[in-house]
Amino acid sequence: MEGEIVVKTKRVEQGTLLILLVIALIFPLLSERYMLSVGISILIMALLGQSWNIMSGYAGQFSFGHAAFFGLGAYTSSILYIDFNISPWVGMIAGMCVAALVGVLIGFLSFRYKLRGDFFALVTLAFAEILRVLFNNTKALKGATGILIPYKDAWKEFQFANDRIFYFIILGMVILATLFIGVMSRRKFGIFLIAIKENQEAAGSLGVPVLQYKLVAMAISAAIAAMAGTFYAQYYGFIDPTVVFVSSISVEAIVPCIIGGAGTLGGPLLGALVIIPLQELSNNLFEGINGMNMIIYGVLIVLFVVFCRDGIYGTVIRRLKGARS
Amino acid sequence: MSIQVLQSLLDGILMGGVYALAALGLSLIFGVLKITNFAHGAMMTVGMYVVYALASGLGFNAYLALPFAMILMFVIGFLIQRFPIHYIEHAPAHNQLLLTLGMAYILENVLLVIFTPNYKTLTVDGFEKALRIGNLTVAPAKLVAFAVVVFVTGCIYFILYRTHTGNSIRASAQNDTGAKLMGINVRNIRAIAFGLGAVCTGIAGGLLTPIMSIYPTLGESFQLKCFVIAVLGGMGNLWGALLSGLLIGVIESLSSYYLGGSWSEMLIYGIFILILFVRPTGLFGRGNRREN
Amino acid sequence: MEALKAVDICKSFRGNMAVNHASMDVKAGEITGLIGANGAGKTTLFNCISGYYPATSGKVVYKGEEVQHKTAQHLCHMGIARTFQIAKPFGMLSALDNVAVGGYNKAKSRKEAYQIAEKSLEMVELLDRKDNLAMLLNTGEQRRLELARALATQPEVLLLDEVMAGLTPTESREMIKLIKKVNNAGITILMIEHIMPVIMSLSNYVYVMERGKMIAQGLPEEVANNPKVIESYLGKGLEVE
Repeated sequence: MEGEIVVKTKRVEQGTLLILLVIALIFPLLSERYMLSVGISILIMALLGQSWNIMSGYAGQFSFGHAAFFGLGAYTSSILYIDFNISPWVGMIAGMCVAALVGVLIGFLSFRYKLRGDFFALVTLAFAEILRVLFNNTKALKGATGILIPYKDAWKEFQFANDRIFYFIILGMVILATLFIGVMSRRKFGIFLIAIKENQEAAGSLGVPVLQYKLVAMAISAAIAAMAGTFYAQYYGFIDPTVVFVSSISVEAIVPCIIGGAGTLGGPLLGALVIIPLQELSNNLFEGINGMNMIIYGVLIVLFVVFCRDGIYGTVIRRLKGARS
Repeated sequence: MSIQVLQSLLDGILMGGVYALAALGLSLIFGVLKITNFAHGAMMTVGMYVVYALASGLGFNAYLALPFAMILMFVIGFLIQRFPIHYIEHAPAHNQLLLTLGMAYILENVLLVIFTPNYKTLTVDGFEKALRIGNLTVAPAKLVAFAVVVFVTGCIYFILYRTHTGNSIRASAQNDTGAKLMGINVRNIRAIAFGLGAVCTGIAGGLLTPIMSIYPTLGESFQLKCFVIAVLGGMGNLWGALLSGLLIGVIESLSSYYLGGSWSEMLIYGIFILILFVRPTGLFGRGNRREN
Repeated sequence: MEALKAVDICKSFRGNMAVNHASMDVKAGEITGLIGANGAGKTTLFNCISGYYPATSGKVVYKGEEVQHKTAQHLCHMGIARTFQIAKPFGMLSALDNVAVGGYNKAKSRKEAYQIAEKSLEMVELLDRKDNLAMLLNTGEQRRLELARALATQPEVLLLDEVMAGLTPTESREMIKLIKKVNNAGITILMIEHIMPVIMSLSNYVYVMERGKMIAQGLPEEVANNPKVIESYLGKGLEVE
């Protein structure tokens, strides 16, 4: 039998997600090209957010280098497509594998040497920077010129004249990632990850294989970020190292979780839904003044970290469960 | 040793001095507040633009502007600690990281709004021509920068080791509660320490204004380097920061000469990762590394 | 028969010998007590035995197998569970989920893990709080939760690190009853305690540590009358009586 608290929380969670889903499904039918592109930006950020959420929100390993995985995804599928004519769909899977492997490597080294907190964040950042410099200076990896994806409207090529199809593809990815986390969070895997975040030693002494679980979380997280990377390359049609390997991408993975609530199912979705429209709004409002949107971004981060550490959705969930903040 | 090697050694030491000063600020802030400051690069850029604004707007000589920049940076640092840094001093590391990151966005983009994203250059009268020492050439701005670095570092050391405030800062770096029990106003001390850190960083930035073209995100490229240096020297270890600043300067310029600029950058990040794994307390023994 | 044996354990921190050639046997089915004043090295010895960190030298033998190099996680799979002196609940998980983490140690399915968890919670009388977040429980409840978690791993040997610390007298009495109940269920117990009466009323056999060394061992009455122990414990003894 499930108690009252559990049922109530579940209802709010499911209700929120259902409302978000309905909005997401109706939205493209009502909107024109510009609005559709805003919707796609929101969903890309949401996907990156969910990716970060697994590794950092649930498992508590704070990554500041998700750009590494995003970039690896974008580059793997694009290079396979351009040089070997392999369908980006296949390339996406390959990219996810590459990113997962790199994630496991970074994780294994970091955890073996017992890095935590800000030092772990610095290592992930340094790895992303190394990849940026590496791709920027290696001819075989297309160097600083980057990759232009030639345009062919076909399912096999992961290219569509109609942006609505792109929209539904990224929506599908976000739904998949969210479903995965939703199922995971109620099962052994998710419970173990939270236990590891809360207290690694205690988890270990209860028989939780701490290292394995952290590595699996990193691998899944990296793979989802790579998926977002491939989508980005196919949708925008152009990537270079200063676009996909920069720290602003890593930040884009973190911020929706902070605004919405890290370690919650709906947090990153809600976060992305707040940030992107706000940025678009400020872009239109302060047209011609560069930087205003980023100031708002910065102010938002500062305010949330100081006054609302659990994020919008996270605070609601905590309250429901009876926790003081 | 060929003349090019000597030349890049000299360049490395001179630039390394500036890095050292910037990293000294980072390490000082970490030592006292236990905060990994991701707004460090942005604070450096603020220093660059303060000097630029004073020199080009009010017609100051770039180096006469430095004392004013120092005061201004101290005030800015002091205020940033009061809000918002003060509120997250006992929060988990990732919240501190995010907050300082948010501050970085604010500082950088305020500069962007005021000064536009265009490159700005500042020339100092009489400094256009490079000096020749034997077969070596030196830009006068770099020589002066190094001298200023030595002077400012000396001042910081005087403050930290010879004044009452300095003693309090070092005491609370060692043991916050202990310092509180000794009747030290820890809150003020932290703000002062952050202010001093901002001065180091800002001056390091200001010294670069006459050397290179500046733009609002320039500091970002120095930020990770500062982390490398501060970690290499042992976070919170001030002597360590100075020594490894010079070391990284030399490594950078020698490896650029032999391997090219981008591989040099990778080498430095590689060293960084290696140090974080193998010796997170730094080359020169324990700083104030926080557990967890 | 010994369930667990520590042989000639030494542990030094930067040259400081916290544990100095200490040995002890934990007999199967019994409650073995380890006492000593603060700083006597009992927690250090305990941590070496439970795999929290490796001993500098010496052996730990569990069911005939040397386990001194095994991690806590591995020992847990083998049937040795522990609690911490300062309770370490997973605050943002419900009490039931907390215990289920331990339940998964032996369970083959989710259902089984939660059945084990409910049973463990029932044993420590926390079942009515199962849906509450662990962070909302009070000190006494958190400590019982910690015990339930360890029980859910279905251990053969349970290591208890100062389970009475911070409890009110009523809570202490309940905890003593609880430990007896756990022991009656067939679980071997090694417990650290610095409160003499607690250890005297519970233990079948007692070891006494002082400055890293074992200074006495025996039945509770023997140890209580041992002059060396009285000397070492005088302050504490008076305080408690």
